[in-house]
Amino acid sequence: MDNTVSIENSKTMTIIVTKGSLDWAYPPFILATTAAAMDVKVDMFFTFYGLQLLKKDLDHLQISTLGNPGMEMPMFGMHMKMPNIVSAIPGADALCSTMMRNLIKKKGVASVEELREAAVDSDVNLIGCQMTMGLFEWEKHDLMDEIEIGGAATYMEKALNSDINLFI
Amino acid sequence: MPTELDAKGMNCPMPILKAKKALMQLEANDTLRIEATDPGSVADFDAFCRNGGHTLEESSEDGGVYTYLIRKAS
Repeated sequence: MDNTVSIENSKTMTIIVTKGSLDWAYPPFILATTAAAMDVKVDMFFTFYGLQLLKKDLDHLQISTLGNPGMEMPMFGMHMKMPNIVSAIPGADALCSTMMRNLIKKKGVASVEELREAAVDSDVNLIGCQMTMGLFEWEKHDLMDEIEIGGAATYMEKALNSDINLFI
Repeated sequence: MPTELDAKGMNCPMPILKAKKALMQLEANDTLRIEATDPGSVADFDAFCRNGGHTLEESSEDGGVYTYLIRKAS
């Protein structure tokens, strides 16, 4: 992997990805792929729950209705708010996640898998956090092959030379 | 003749990603015609072309279908 600053004149962006839910997977991957399409060199650093997004299989990603007052699902011809207590019902988050996946498909929004593939195709550099792997006891083979493994210093070196640094 | 790209039914950011992929296959000054249904793509193709040095020769809408004609940067 190339750890130096881009030799071309292109702009650079880093994103720290800290969230591992289906809904929060979107902002980092949308920005990263779009930036790459606009010739920005992108590094994404996946840490804590964000590391979930580098697992080979993403079928396990869920949304949570807990503490999410902004969530309004179009259902039965209206917009349904999800009270916190819904999340306490066994299977409710899984059900809401299935509904979200169906909604995503119906509205022509790309799947997280598609966006992640587009990121790899456009040479977005994906860095998995070593400490998180150790903390949660995940092995390299649990994660996709196309990633680099690194720590805070790996990220900082890139961030110090980057035009845009985001924390999501 | 421009290369055609059908991005209808796709939502942000897919039309831009597909357009970028298609443009990479083209030579400088070649043209790409894109059809999309995402209303957000109007502002996005504007910004995408300005940023990439491409010329947005046409940007129009007809019955919910947005058509863009992009001339690749030389």
